[in-house]
Amino acid sequence: MELTGAQALIKSLEMEGVEVVFGLPGGAILPVYDPLLDSSIRHVLVRHEQGAGHAAEGYAQVTGRPGVAMVTSGPGATNIVTPLMDAMMDSVPLVVVSGQVPTTAIGTDAFQETAITSITMGITKHNWLVTDPADLPRVVAEAFHVATSGRPGPVLVDVPKDVSNARTSWYWPSADDLDLPGYRLPRAPEPGLVRRAAELLLGAERPVLYVGGGVIKAEASEALRRLVDLSGAPVVTTLMARGAFPDDDPRCLGMPGMHGTWTATTAMQRADLLVALGSRFDDRVTGKVATFAPGAKVVHVDVDPAEIGKVRRADVGIVADCKVAIEALCEALEELGSTPEGRARPGTPAASRPDLGPWHAQLAKWRQAHPLRYEQTQGGPLKPQFVVETLRELSPPDTVVVTGVGQHQMWASQYWRFAEPRTWVTSGGAGTMGFAVPAALGAKVGRPDRTVWAIDGDGCFQMTAQELVTATAERIPVKVAILNNAYLGMVRQWQELFYEERYSEVYLSPDLPDYVQWAEAMGCRAFRVESPEEVAPTIEKANEIDDRPVVIDFRTDAFEKVYPMVPAGASNDEIIEGPAQGEGGR
Amino acid sequence: MSTSATVHGGSRHHILSVLVENKAGVLARVASLFSRRGYNIFSLAVAPTDDERFSRLTIVVDVESAPLEQIIRQLDKLVNVVQISELAPEAAIERELLLATVRAEGPARVEVATLVAIFQGSVIDVGPDQVTVAVTGTPEALDSAEDLLRPFGIVELQRTGRVALPRLGARRRLTPVADRSA
Repeated sequence: MELTGAQALIKSLEMEGVEVVFGLPGGAILPVYDPLLDSSIRHVLVRHEQGAGHAAEGYAQVTGRPGVAMVTSGPGATNIVTPLMDAMMDSVPLVVVSGQVPTTAIGTDAFQETAITSITMGITKHNWLVTDPADLPRVVAEAFHVATSGRPGPVLVDVPKDVSNARTSWYWPSADDLDLPGYRLPRAPEPGLVRRAAELLLGAERPVLYVGGGVIKAEASEALRRLVDLSGAPVVTTLMARGAFPDDDPRCLGMPGMHGTWTATTAMQRADLLVALGSRFDDRVTGKVATFAPGAKVVHVDVDPAEIGKVRRADVGIVADCKVAIEALCEALEELGSTPEGRARPGTPAASRPDLGPWHAQLAKWRQAHPLRYEQTQGGPLKPQFVVETLRELSPPDTVVVTGVGQHQMWASQYWRFAEPRTWVTSGGAGTMGFAVPAALGAKVGRPDRTVWAIDGDGCFQMTAQELVTATAERIPVKVAILNNAYLGMVRQWQELFYEERYSEVYLSPDLPDYVQWAEAMGCRAFRVESPEEVAPTIEKANEIDDRPVVIDFRTDAFEKVYPMVPAGASNDEIIEGPAQGEGGR
Repeated sequence: MSTSATVHGGSRHHILSVLVENKAGVLARVASLFSRRGYNIFSLAVAPTDDERFSRLTIVVDVESAPLEQIIRQLDKLVNVVQISELAPEAAIERELLLATVRAEGPARVEVATLVAIFQGSVIDVGPDQVTVAVTGTPEALDSAEDLLRPFGIVELQRTGRVALPRLGARRRLTPVADRSA
């Protein structure tokens, strides 16, 4: 069968099981948009290419399948650089297809020419410039394989216009046809190392399971629960791992780090063993590395060998898929005598392990003494934490929550009670403002059966709000709660605390733009909430709307800050808890 | 790409022999990785291998900029990097080529020719008042040759950076890093 390169490309995407592509056409990608008309693949026409990338990320985060975005050459391609970097930092499987000027024009500074493979070299797991149409099916198959296997990540396939116009014979490669001699995936974990890790767990008096996004990527939540049962160890879930272990389980201490719970952060500081599972000792978690968890031995499980020992030396480093490794660890614990009820078979090594009772008692005491806290007074300014808590109470338990970056993101992570994986979509490592609206749109496309709430800041919202036009046009009924404090709030917080209240370029205004009018102009239903009493009724109204996007402009207290807080570069022993109860937020 | 006298045997430098796919942009990927992660390349030589699908990079890295293990593991993540071997200096044969144009008038011409002959090098071009010499050898030998040529007056000098292969007797001591687990 003879096809054009463009037809082969679309057919290859179909072969990969792609159901939706987020994109925006242009000159160099024109030939590829033509066969798209005849394809089963849904195309969601975004209003800016950055939106296509983040939407594809949101889709990937909730479904576990790769997100796909398609853009044209030059500015189309550079507009998706931020999502690629975002996906690289958070290990999101993202496949971007970009148009390129014809091969004959490459290097001539042709119209809309840019060397996007060079630009994205360091922010993709790999990228390809396809110069022969016969390579297209194989390269697409390689791209999906690389994006989704091992440590997932973004890839980019750059397709010159003459390559998509040329004719080629159709084929679909088998796994053996992939030309990736340098791409290796980790094998099964070494039994000796797993055994050593299990022994460390059974020898520890104050263990903590330090769970990262890798557990969600590896679909290892079930295995993790078994590991917690067998080991009796408490769990902290990083920003990328919220939902990997349920927050209502008493063994879950919440998020650790810069804005983590006092107990999660302090538990790591006092631990004698950290079992890092798909986490990477990010600076937002560790604070000052030299003083991080000083008394802890470290077991580090990661699918990426380069993460082992990158920041913190591991006593036992296990390179493996998290699920495979956790299951192996569970088996080793059982062999050593642990039982799922947290007891031990008599006469086994597990029977003589230290009693974890004192550790759990200590954690419970800390939790009671250092809860997350805020105060919503009647008639007082509306507290953002109150909005998040109310939103959580009034929305279905399996609601997907999506955020941008800043204060609202931290409050959402702190106050949302997560029950299951893939219900939390956020920009972690990259810290990309404007992530929420397009990512929510993509999440809703991936999980149309779920309620999807974006919790956004007013600063973030202004960066990518135009994708609500996409949401309306494509009938993607996402919901957006803007925590509108009229400031670039996190920057304001730092200026208040560390720059002697010298506020430099952080004021945005609560009324400019008028978020309600703006949202309505984009085809959404929109509400404004100014007092605590209006919060619940308005959320209930919003939750009933399912035929179009909804935006609620919550006018929140500009003086409220995110606590607890470990100042940048400080030790995790120096947690600022904020004003005592009753002192108010300022 | 010129070397200094402290190179060889100095513990700060390690030689990585990196087999890469012979594809467009591979060298840029390697260079971009080193630049992005703040690793220093001391010298770099690229050459085809007997298999046209692959090229071999011989990279001398400065391990003061980052732990060798981390450099190797990041490098190994590049999809086009097929195999990485670390060549311990005592277990490797290293060679480098030096070309130098030196002022050599009258009797100096003979002196230069005698000098390079000691290093098994040769005069490969002659002008009225200058000669160009080629010397192949270990990086230290070339350091010595360079020092001894300098008093004549070096007009231009170019060194290739080293290439290396494991010593035959030491082959078993090679570390196939790419296949090594943590």
